[in-house]
Amino acid sequence: MIPLFDLGVAVARVAVFFAFVFGLVVVMTWVERKGAAYMQDRRGPNRARILGITLFGMFHPLADALKFLFKEDFIPDNAHRLFYQLAPMFALAPAILTMAVVPFGPPVTIAGKTISLQIADLNVGILYLFAVSGLAVYGVVLAGWSSNSKYPLLGGLRSSAQMISYEVSLGLSIMGILMVFQAIRLSEIVLGQGELLFGILPKWGVFVQPLGFVLFLTALYAEANRTPFDLPEGESELVAGYHTEYASFKFSMFMMAEYIHMVVGAAVIATLFFGGWQFPYLADKGFAFPGGLSVTVPAAGVLVLRIGSFIGKTLFFCWLYVWVRWTIPRFRYDQVMRLGWKVMLPLSLLNIFVTGLVLLLIDKGGF
Amino acid sequence: MTIGVKKVARPEQMSFGESLYLLEIVKGLAVTMGHFLHNIAHNRDIPTIEYPEVRRTMPARFRGCHRLMKRPNGAPRCVACYMCATACPAKCITIVAGESPDPGVEKYPVRFDIDMLRCVFCGQCVEACPCDAIRMDTGWYTPPADTREKLIYTIDGLLEK
Amino acid sequence: MEPILFIIFGAIAVGGAIMVVTRKHPMSSALYLILTLFAVAALFVLRQAHFLAAIQVIVYAGAVMVLFIFVIMLINVPENKLPMERLTGLRLLGVVAAGFLILESAILARRFAMPAGSTADAGSVQAVGRALFTDYLLAFEITSVLLLAAVIGAIALAKRKI
Ligand code: SF4
Ligand code: SF4
Repeated sequence: MIPLFDLGVAVARVAVFFAFVFGLVVVMTWVERKGAAYMQDRRGPNRARILGITLFGMFHPLADALKFLFKEDFIPDNAHRLFYQLAPMFALAPAILTMAVVPFGPPVTIAGKTISLQIADLNVGILYLFAVSGLAVYGVVLAGWSSNSKYPLLGGLRSSAQMISYEVSLGLSIMGILMVFQAIRLSEIVLGQGELLFGILPKWGVFVQPLGFVLFLTALYAEANRTPFDLPEGESELVAGYHTEYASFKFSMFMMAEYIHMVVGAAVIATLFFGGWQFPYLADKGFAFPGGLSVTVPAAGVLVLRIGSFIGKTLFFCWLYVWVRWTIPRFRYDQVMRLGWKVMLPLSLLNIFVTGLVLLLIDKGGF
Repeated sequence: MTIGVKKVARPEQMSFGESLYLLEIVKGLAVTMGHFLHNIAHNRDIPTIEYPEVRRTMPARFRGCHRLMKRPNGAPRCVACYMCATACPAKCITIVAGESPDPGVEKYPVRFDIDMLRCVFCGQCVEACPCDAIRMDTGWYTPPADTREKLIYTIDGLLEK
Repeated sequence: MEPILFIIFGAIAVGGAIMVVTRKHPMSSALYLILTLFAVAALFVLRQAHFLAAIQVIVYAGAVMVLFIFVIMLINVPENKLPMERLTGLRLLGVVAAGFLILESAILARRFAMPAGSTADAGSVQAVGRALFTDYLLAFEITSVLLLAAVIGAIALAKRKI
């Protein structure tokens, strides 16, 4: 049987990462509202208070959660009762599952045992991520269909068409990364990014795959239904899209799913294209700068720096979601489709082709 | 200022850089980030009015909640002529007339209710009143209430304002 | 552990498949089909074919079934207009044939033992990729040409003017 220690580690790992992601989700709802407000010259949430302390509106997520809990859990008369109730679960479950393969830090050695800071280092790695995140569409589609109302239906239809279109580019755009690092496990990809490119730049995904990065970022936004691709819930034309008929905690489950997608998406970008937990020029023993300069850092310091760098990158990309959302207007639907099939797909194929060619040349030329 | 259509010049042909979008998106991001940072640094400059605590002063001709005027001796100026109730398109004024104790005045309103849930703030009642007894110059819009009863304003409240 | 899991997931797969053909509402059928696909993916994982499992979920559950559901949603037949299907003679024959199939596979399974534990690496992405692009290159390319032909055919059918 599994030794007690390993079991404890596994449980603790899941609990900690869960807490991290959910904590970030809560914070992100606040960041989104406050960020939007400041970008639009408003003040944003600043009213909810506990004992007279408002803390810049930090208690608003709490108030929201309470409000959702106590609202009437309404089911429309003509809705498909079973599917209507299943839909939020279908939306939330894949979102939570995706974080299983993200490495939060380098393997740590405690009491002579190596513990990897990753819930599951699957050998299909990134494929698992696509498989699970591709399922998120069912929540949206089911919600749209089972509400038995026209706007949600349109939202669901849009979502399914959009997901299929962008999943293709999403998958193809990271092919270059897999080719460069010769790996499909996320932990190996991160390890590969610890090296230096031409002796100066860290060998991060964005430096070796700039086009791949842009394509991946775009496709990820489309997959997460975030602006400029938030057509499934385009409120100016579809009321609230697929979750128009949802209230109470079911609605908040959709919201949570969206934000978890954001957080995990940010973590995945950081992992694939920005070195994951790698801190620039930081090796196991300490800093080693290109000029030959080196600074020794104790092992604990290295670990803290690395986990900190991963969290920092994740936070930045979470913020980027918010930043982009309040900057770029929503696309029109035909534009989304055109971008997906006529721009993203050829470009990602081109990216694979060029990457393959360059890798071949490097192999042959040996430079 | 007349209301009209503002023509925004659209470029006929986007330049190559513009049609790539990427640079333009970065420019847009810079704009929003500029606002964001400016507003964080100059928090006081944000033009938001903290509504329930701070109210914007309404222009003098703003049609707000009603009030009933008083005579110098404190009695309502209204003579219960029903002109306002007749003029009201929303039929939201209910008046019950009574004989005034003041020998110089014929009638006075025993009840004068305005159902603010139905009032459309058209000002017809003010126009119709022959003795300037009702005005809408309080500068208040209807404050929310948690029961319907509270939104039927009675004569006492209307005279208070 | 493995045989128990195999039985569990196998039962889910078979049960789901039966539900697919017996449910009245197409949406329920589609969802049960997804369940079946998942169970089959789990069976692949049990046989160490991780890549196959992932692709099964990505392609079938993540893309093909989404299209199915897309179509069901577009057509969106109201519940009371769904056709009632009866158990006709032909369908009964089908059930009998299925019985024979099960019998046959049981006999076959007795005669040929399952290939004992394929090595852990045989189903990995690298191994499958290498096999696809070396030993089975021709078959792989022909399949892709076939798919290309299907794509072009679909466009030609759908669009009169290109
Ligand atoms: S403002 Fe118009 S609607 Fe309101 S009470 Fe006066 S007449 Fe009636
Ligand atoms: S019109 Fe004037 S005087 Fe006549 S009932 Fe109305 S408020 Fe009173």
